[in-house]
Amino acid sequence: MPRSKPRSELAFRLGTGAFGVILVGIVAAIGIVLARQSMPSIQKFGLNFWQTETWDPVVGEFGALPFIWGTLYSSALALLIATPIALGIAVFISELCPTALRQPLVFLTELLAAIPSIVYGLWGIFVLVPAVRALESATPEWLRRWPLFSGPPLGLGMLAAALVLAVMVVPFISSVSREVLKSVPVAQREGAYALGATRFEAIRAALFYARTGIVGAIMLGFGRALGETMAVTMVIGNNPRISTSLFAPQYTMAAVIANEFTEAADELYLAALVEIGLVLFVITLIVNSLSRLLIWSMNRTARAVVTPEPVKVAA
Amino acid sequence: MASSASRFALAIACAAAIVAAPAAQKIQINGAGATFPYPIYSKWFSEYNKLHADIQINYQSIGSGGGIRQIQAQTVFFGATDGPMTPEQLLASPGRILHFPMVLGAVVPVYNIPNVRAELKFTGAVLADIFLGKITMWNDPAIAKLNAGVTLPGTAITVAHRADGSGTTYIWADYLSKVSPEWKSRVGINTSVNWPTGVGGRGNEGVAGLVSQTPGSIGYVELIYALQNKISYGPVQNMDGEFAKASVESVTAAAASAASHMPADFRVSITNAPGKGVYPISSFTWLLLYENPKNKTQSKAMVDFVKWALTDGQKYCAELGYAPLPEAVVKLELAALAKIKTS
Repeated sequence: MPRSKPRSELAFRLGTGAFGVILVGIVAAIGIVLARQSMPSIQKFGLNFWQTETWDPVVGEFGALPFIWGTLYSSALALLIATPIALGIAVFISELCPTALRQPLVFLTELLAAIPSIVYGLWGIFVLVPAVRALESATPEWLRRWPLFSGPPLGLGMLAAALVLAVMVVPFISSVSREVLKSVPVAQREGAYALGATRFEAIRAALFYARTGIVGAIMLGFGRALGETMAVTMVIGNNPRISTSLFAPQYTMAAVIANEFTEAADELYLAALVEIGLVLFVITLIVNSLSRLLIWSMNRTARAVVTPEPVKVAA
Repeated sequence: MASSASRFALAIACAAAIVAAPAAQKIQINGAGATFPYPIYSKWFSEYNKLHADIQINYQSIGSGGGIRQIQAQTVFFGATDGPMTPEQLLASPGRILHFPMVLGAVVPVYNIPNVRAELKFTGAVLADIFLGKITMWNDPAIAKLNAGVTLPGTAITVAHRADGSGTTYIWADYLSKVSPEWKSRVGINTSVNWPTGVGGRGNEGVAGLVSQTPGSIGYVELIYALQNKISYGPVQNMDGEFAKASVESVTAAAASAASHMPADFRVSITNAPGKGVYPISSFTWLLLYENPKNKTQSKAMVDFVKWALTDGQKYCAELGYAPLPEAVVKLELAALAKIKTS
């Protein structure tokens, strides 16, 4: 027995290590294949691909900027809407909710995550878009002069896409945040109460303690919103024009790949679509790295100020 | 002993399988391509399988572009496309590929204008200007002139088009290029184009949905989707100056008018065809076959099938919303089919 232990220990370490390497290998392979398949487009357009706004399959001119813009804009808007709601749900379930209500609520929020995205798309088309159109038609004239609310009331467009995305990412952010809040040590809360904190202040202290995990949850939601395809393409209007207006139809990277890939017959067109995939891959990597960096820097500053913080909360 | 007996039994079983194989052998043929003819193709394949139980034809509707790519890569025996292959694509193929028109389809302008019950007439120039974003209101004089007596509202026009690459877009853009020099130079023809204006929906059903939901909208769909969704669609002025509504007869008439000057390879656009009673936004959909395929058994079976589809098979067209080929075209195609090597 004692002799076999180190050997099995080694096998275990090698085995798990191999899985880790495979994971890195898969990510690298995806990057390499995407880059290789998009070579004709990379060679032809170079960095201009990231900067130009024309997407014209007829003359073979491709620029990804409207798609990059549409993807980032819709995902950021979705987070702006979803984060407060998701955090509210998480706080309510983990801190305030009566025990009898807790399980059904957890079940219901997680059910939202289980709905296929095509169903969200259909709901978007038949329920959300007419509602958004009514809202847009009711927008007063003085407000429409703002670039944020300009354009005809189509219903389809950035606002509808952001709302659908928001509903789709809420369960992700809320269930991860809930787990994070659950892992806040009881001592933290008891300490806050001992210092005379109200319930609100104690929850605030718990949220502060859990902030790195919550940022992680929000980033998870962002990642999901970036790659969402079906539901978005059904409501966003699929028009590659850059606009700040919430009412304007726009386009996302994932949507254009899904829409145009099957009919892309010539080499450059196909390569340009694959390059859109590469751009999405790179942007997702950047977003994930930035969120890591953010969490890391928060941890570092937290260590420096962790002692005065509870005092501040109690004061 | 036991093992040698079982080995013997296995040998017998193998021999029996080999002997029995030719009798029960099924010929499997795989194809891929356009989504537009998918309903009629699958009907044909299942009907043909009832007549010839030993021939099984599989078809994947992955899109015209995918069909062309797959037949060039020889991963499928036949391809199918809504737009003919370009000369460059034909040159890039490993063998000579032949085009065979199988059925006809029509694309119609569909619209949704609140409180307008009358059927709106269109000309190619007006449709092009609407889709170029130059005509932006329903009560524009250009539309009003064509539709005297109809009270058009002063609402903005919302253009709905396909977001996915599609043969329907190809036909629509092909027509607009023939009737509008500005469309030809600014937008051009392809399965996806750089739309000057409007919103995109996925698939015919997506555009049909957009139009039926959005007041003041105009879009284009294949005829069958306009009929199924009960959306208004209007007649379009043809080359002879008549306003023709899409129907089985007016679409077949477009092909008949093209038959007299049909090129030998059948790669011809029949949009804006001349002639009486012709619906101008009509098109063939093509099957793609190698002239000299490697597998002659499959080749024989496929040629027999195409013969059947061009003759007996045409009777299934109307119920599925397609127009049958005119006899003159079928005759030319049967002659061209003989070029395919089957032995």
